[in-house]
Amino acid sequence: MSEQGHVERLAGGQAVPRARSLLEKIWETHVVAAGGGPAWIAIDRIFLHERTGAIALEGLHQRGRPVRDAARVFCTIDHIVDTRPGRTDETMMPGGREFITRTRAAAQAAGIRLFDVSDRDQGIVHVIAPELGLALPGLTIVCPDSHTCTQGAVGAFAWGIGSTEAEHALATGTLRLHQPPTLRVRFEGTPGAWVGAKDLSLCLLSRHGAAGGRGKAVEFTGSAVRALAMEARFTLCNMATEFSAVTAMISPDDTTFSYLEGRDFAPRGAAWDRALASWRSLASDETAAFDEEICIDVDDLAPMVTWGTSPQHAVAVTGAVPAAENSGTTREAHARALQYMDLQPGQALNSVAIDAAFIGSCTNGRISDLRSAARVLAGRKIAPGIRALCVPGSSRVKRQAEAEGLDHIFRAAGFEWRESGCSLCFYAGGEDLGLGKRVVSSTNRNFEGRQGPGTRTHIASPATVAASAIRGAITDVRGLEAA
Amino acid sequence: MQPFRTLTATAAPLLRDHIDTDAIIPSREIRSVSKHGLSVGLFAGWRYRATGGPPTGGREPDPDFVLNQARFAGAQILLAGGNFGCGSSREHAVWALADQGFRAIIAPSFAPIFHDNCVNNGVLALCLPRATVAALADALLTALSEPRLTIDLERQELHPHDLLTQGRVGTESAVGGAGVIPFTVDADVRLRLLEGLDAIDLSLRRLTGLDAFHQRDREDRPWVYL
Repeated sequence: MSEQGHVERLAGGQAVPRARSLLEKIWETHVVAAGGGPAWIAIDRIFLHERTGAIALEGLHQRGRPVRDAARVFCTIDHIVDTRPGRTDETMMPGGREFITRTRAAAQAAGIRLFDVSDRDQGIVHVIAPELGLALPGLTIVCPDSHTCTQGAVGAFAWGIGSTEAEHALATGTLRLHQPPTLRVRFEGTPGAWVGAKDLSLCLLSRHGAAGGRGKAVEFTGSAVRALAMEARFTLCNMATEFSAVTAMISPDDTTFSYLEGRDFAPRGAAWDRALASWRSLASDETAAFDEEICIDVDDLAPMVTWGTSPQHAVAVTGAVPAAENSGTTREAHARALQYMDLQPGQALNSVAIDAAFIGSCTNGRISDLRSAARVLAGRKIAPGIRALCVPGSSRVKRQAEAEGLDHIFRAAGFEWRESGCSLCFYAGGEDLGLGKRVVSSTNRNFEGRQGPGTRTHIASPATVAASAIRGAITDVRGLEAA
Repeated sequence: MQPFRTLTATAAPLLRDHIDTDAIIPSREIRSVSKHGLSVGLFAGWRYRATGGPPTGGREPDPDFVLNQARFAGAQILLAGGNFGCGSSREHAVWALADQGFRAIIAPSFAPIFHDNCVNNGVLALCLPRATVAALADALLTALSEPRLTIDLERQELHPHDLLTQGRVGTESAVGGAGVIPFTVDADVRLRLLEGLDAIDLSLRRLTGLDAFHQRDREDRPWVYL
């Protein structure tokens, strides 16, 4: 692409580069055709999974449209695959087998690399894409899955799309879209012990609402974000879709580059050096303009937990269920949420008894998440009667955890230790936690019925989930540590 | 894709904010690899009540749910709260609505992926101010006349007929009179809906410069190409 677009000429004829954001830089290198209305943007990576993959590939096939560049399309089996040991194509969800076998057949027919049920690299799409070095800075990445924004943490423009858009991307190598407006979210300061990316994300949602980022490309920055390890950055970007944003991204830096170096699909040798030189100029310029900005001071944040049926219904774990007028929602929605959750205004979260605990998902199923939970669980047991599951986000994460002995800690504490997949992050008609059961979950959505009929979900960090499992009630992990 | 020009149809109000795609069609209702036959699962968590012990028991329509009421039978227009269609990207949400007969959703705002999924299926996702949606919804519930609206996409006008004059006192002023309500839809979206254009066909025809783009890009960013 010509660079004329971002060079302004001063009166004297001297050229100065215009300050640009990360999104603008990626956008400008990907415009294939523009002019009047949305632009055609080149798509660098397309990911598919068995829940929406077969339908997109079969849709194309039926119309006689080939996949334009299958070498840059990847497919995994993660959504409804069984996570119990010794799994096959059979699923607990009735009819689930068809989703797996038809996705496999369609991927094979199209020449797409498939991370199949028993593949060593199988896992949740947004965990394996960065893990394998498929998500790289400056790329455009799409997947018919709303949590694709997770991958923006490496400094990519990554967003979730529908099945028809996926067909469009597969057939044409492009998508047509308007450049989204930008929103810079700055987290400044140093969070205290046991306050992490999940808590930052829930804090943002609680203060600015589940539509607070609607239609925007969010860039997370600030001292607290720069200090986050790469895996925590994925957690932060993951829940941008809960903010109704198009995407989230973080300007790539040495944390990003050292995470990616040496990964399977990342460039190597001279190619790496060349890529790195290019990636170093991707970060948003210091004076780049953003359409909106939000700043959050993280020094005094506590671990967060949700009380209702929207991710914006979040408070500090030391807090209480808000009254309607302080709930950031209408009186009707507040009453509806509390009726579903069987909670009262003013009730302290820290004492709410739970039935189950879930650790996993594309939000918090990475090795650092499992290590964090294992630190809490080591030498302890979960409360009697609590059902607890740990579902690693990828097969690699599972192997790494087992190499570190984390599986023994989880099992000794009373957790089930599973194969990787999305599992009970959502209820597909198979495995459930039981009608009306209350679960503390390291996942991303607490919608009515999301984890099963009548299941009451409280979203929190893996450490908070672990601490709550031990006490059998929603728990401030900091208090547990002190005890 | 069926063009969308003018639609006169029954409109049903479901004025909750943040109605997510898990509510529109729960994952458990997506039982086969198909875009069709999904209407039975539409709003399943709200539309049915259990007749046996759930989750395995039977179910029957809940007469309290708006879409089960005779007044709104055959509705093709849905009025909803803000951030409609948030959550999962599942296009099944739009397929289920379309399968039920809905051709337009009117709400103060839509989640971005759901909005694009609507356009790709010839369903109009129409944004109107919150007060206007609330006034229309109130009139749909309370007016003596039939709860019908006309959406004219060519002229970008919504006709409430005599609903607002028959609704409760005050609804008229909320929308600035009882007459025609003008709206604006993105020009590209409007054209695609009016013509029923298939976006993939359009792109395959128009994208003549893609090979040249890739040739150049491959030199600039070789690591992208595998």
